Amino acid sequence: MLTDALTLQLGYNATLVAIGAALLGLAAGVTGTFLFLRKRALVSDAISHATLPGVGLAFLVLVALGGDGRSLPWLLVGSAISAWIGLLSVGWLTRRTRLAEDAAIGAVLSVFFGFGIVLLTVIQTLGRGKAAGLDGFLLGSTAGMLRADALLIAGGGALVLLVVLVLHRPMIQVAFDSEYAAARGLPVHRIDLAMMGLVLAVTVVGLKIVGLILIVALLIIPPVTARFWTERAGRVALLAGLFGGLSGYMGAALSATAPNLPTGPIIVLVAFAIFLGSLFFAPGRGVLAAVLRHRRFQMRVHMRQGLLALAQGQPIYEALTLRLLRRAGLVRPDGVATDDGRARAAKALRDEKRWEIVRRDLTHEAAAQLYDGLRPIETVLTADQIDEIDARIPPATGVPA
Amino acid sequence: MTLTLAAVDGATTPEHLDHSPLAVRGMTVSYGQKPAVFSVDMTVVPGAMTAIIGPNGAGKSTLLKAALGIVPAVSGQVTVFGQPLAQARARIAYVPQRASIDWDFPTRVIDVVLMGLYRELGLLRRLRGHHRARALECLDRVGMRGFAERQIGQLSGGQQQRVFLARALAQGADLYLLDEPFAGVDAATEKAIISVLKSLKADGKSVVVVHHDLATVTDYFDHVFLINTSRVAQGPVADAFTPDTLQAAYGGRLATQQIEQIARA
Repeated sequence: MLTDALTLQLGYNATLVAIGAALLGLAAGVTGTFLFLRKRALVSDAISHATLPGVGLAFLVLVALGGDGRSLPWLLVGSAISAWIGLLSVGWLTRRTRLAEDAAIGAVLSVFFGFGIVLLTVIQTLGRGKAAGLDGFLLGSTAGMLRADALLIAGGGALVLLVVLVLHRPMIQVAFDSEYAAARGLPVHRIDLAMMGLVLAVTVVGLKIVGLILIVALLIIPPVTARFWTERAGRVALLAGLFGGLSGYMGAALSATAPNLPTGPIIVLVAFAIFLGSLFFAPGRGVLAAVLRHRRFQMRVHMRQGLLALAQGQPIYEALTLRLLRRAGLVRPDGVATDDGRARAAKALRDEKRWEIVRRDLTHEAAAQLYDGLRPIETVLTADQIDEIDARIPPATGVPA
Repeated sequence: MTLTLAAVDGATTPEHLDHSPLAVRGMTVSYGQKPAVFSVDMTVVPGAMTAIIGPNGAGKSTLLKAALGIVPAVSGQVTVFGQPLAQARARIAYVPQRASIDWDFPTRVIDVVLMGLYRELGLLRRLRGHHRARALECLDRVGMRGFAERQIGQLSGGQQQRVFLARALAQGADLYLLDEPFAGVDAATEKAIISVLKSLKADGKSVVVVHHDLATVTDYFDHVFLINTSRVAQGPVADAFTPDTLQAAYGGRLATQQIEQIARA
C-alpha cells in the first residue's frame, strides 16, 4: 500500500495531492530559510492566522455577488489581503509603539484568528450548505482537490522560488548583517517586506493542503533541520527545500494509504521525523556528534593530566585517567609506569616546559595563543624553533631529550 | 563650548568640501527626544587617517551610522566625494561593530568576504574563480587566509574583526569607515588592522575610525574629530588633540594629569 502511494499508484486525487504537497514543501522550506536566518520565524505564525478573516470575508462577498462562495482562487486572494494587513499591523506596532515584536505578533495573531472564527461561525449559521468546506482552511483538506487547485499551488510555488532566486543575495546579506547591508545602500526594510511577502504567498498557497495552523511548521522545521547539516546559508536553503519537499511528498503519500488520515498533520509529522533524525545523527551539529566530541576531548585531557602526573611522580586518583593509561599500556595494573609510559610522560612534561617558554616570549605570540594544554607543540612550531626553545630550558629542570 | 581652530576653518571652505571623501553638515540624530548627535559638521580630509574620539555615549558611532543612512537623521546633509550619498555608495566601505552579529549564522569566512563583492555581482551573476581569488587575497592582507573555510563563530573576536575588514577591502572602496575596530581585540589583530589601514592610506584612500583608546591616537592617526554630542574640535592631531580639547570633550571624566600625559605622548 505504501509503495503504491509513494509511486503514485493510488489514483488521481492522491497523485495530485502528493505532487502539490511536494511542491509546497519545497517552496516553504526554501522561503522559510530566510525567515529563520533573519530570526523572524514567528512572524509566519501571525501571517498564517491573519489569513482566516480574509477567507470568511471573501466567501461572504462572493455569495453576496451571487457566485459560488468556494472558488479557491478568490478565497486565496481574500486570505492574502487580510494576511498582508496583519503583517503590516505587526510592523506598525513594532516600529511605532513600544510593543516588542513578540507581543505585536501575539496580539495580531489572536485578534485576526478570533475575528476569522467569528466570521466562519456566522457563515455556518447562514445555512448555506456550500459553506461547509471553509473550516478545511484551518487544518487543510485535500479530499476534493481539483486539478486546477494543484496547478494553482504549483504555479504559486514556482513563482515564489523564482523571486527567492532573484532576492537571495540581498536577503542573506540583510539577515547576516543588516547594518552593513544598509551601509551598502540596500533597502533593508523593503527587502524584509519582500521576504515576508514570499512567506505570505507560501502560506496562502498552502492553505488548501496543510491549513493555516500547520503551515508554520513547513516554513520553520525544514530550515531548522537543514541547519544541522551545513554551515553555509545557500545550502541551508537548498537542503530545507529538499527536506520540505520530501516531507510534503511522503506525508501526502502516507495519508493516502488509509481513509481519514489527515494530510496536513501527517506532512508535519514526517517533517518532524526528519528533524528528529538530524537532531541526533547529523555530523558536526548533531547531539550524538557533540557527545562523542566531548568524550574524546575529555579522554585527551585525562590522558595528558595522567602523563604529567606520572612525569612528576604524583599519585593518580581518577579512575578514568588510570583506566586510559592502562588501556594504552602506559602503566601496569599496579599503577607503576611502563617504559613506554615513562617516555611519553617525559615528553609531555618537556612539551609543557617548552610551552611555558613560548607563552612568556612575545616573539612567539601567535603560537602562544594556540596553547590549550593539549596541542602537541610540534604542530605549532618548527623543529628549529623547538631546538631554540630547548636551549633555553634551565638544565636543572631539563629533561633529557 | 566649541573650540574652532584655524586649521579647521581652513578645512571647511567650499572648495575643500567638493573633494572631501565625507562631508557632513548640520547633522542631528536623536533617539526619542534627546539628541545623540547635535548639529555636527564634519569634513574628512582625503588620503588621511582620521579618528573620531569622544567619551562613551558621545555619539561617535551614531554620527557614522547617520552619515551612512543606517539610522535616520533628524536633520543634516551628507556628501561623499562631492556627490549625494546614494550616488557614491560604491566608494564607501563600512566595518560595523562586532556586537551586532549573530556568530552562529551559517556562513564561512570566505562567504563573508564574498559579500563585499555582492554589489558588483548584482542579483544573479555567478561567483567565479577570480572572485574567490580576490576574496582570498583580501583575507591574506589581514592574515586570515588559512581560516577561509571556517564557520565564522569558530574565530576569536580579533579574527572576526579582521574578516570584516577583509570584506570591506574586497569592495575596493575609496573611503573606509570603521566603527571601534580595536575594541576587545588582541594585540596581533590590532597590529594587523593598523598596518592594513596604513597601506590603504599609502594608496591614497581615506580612513575614518571611531576610536576609544586615547593612548594610541598620536601613533595611529593624522587627524582627529572630537565629539561630545556636538563637535568639540577637528584638525590635525598636533592641533586638535590637546589637553584643552580633551578637557572640553571629556569634561571631568578624565583626570587633568591623564589628559596632559596623553596629549604629550
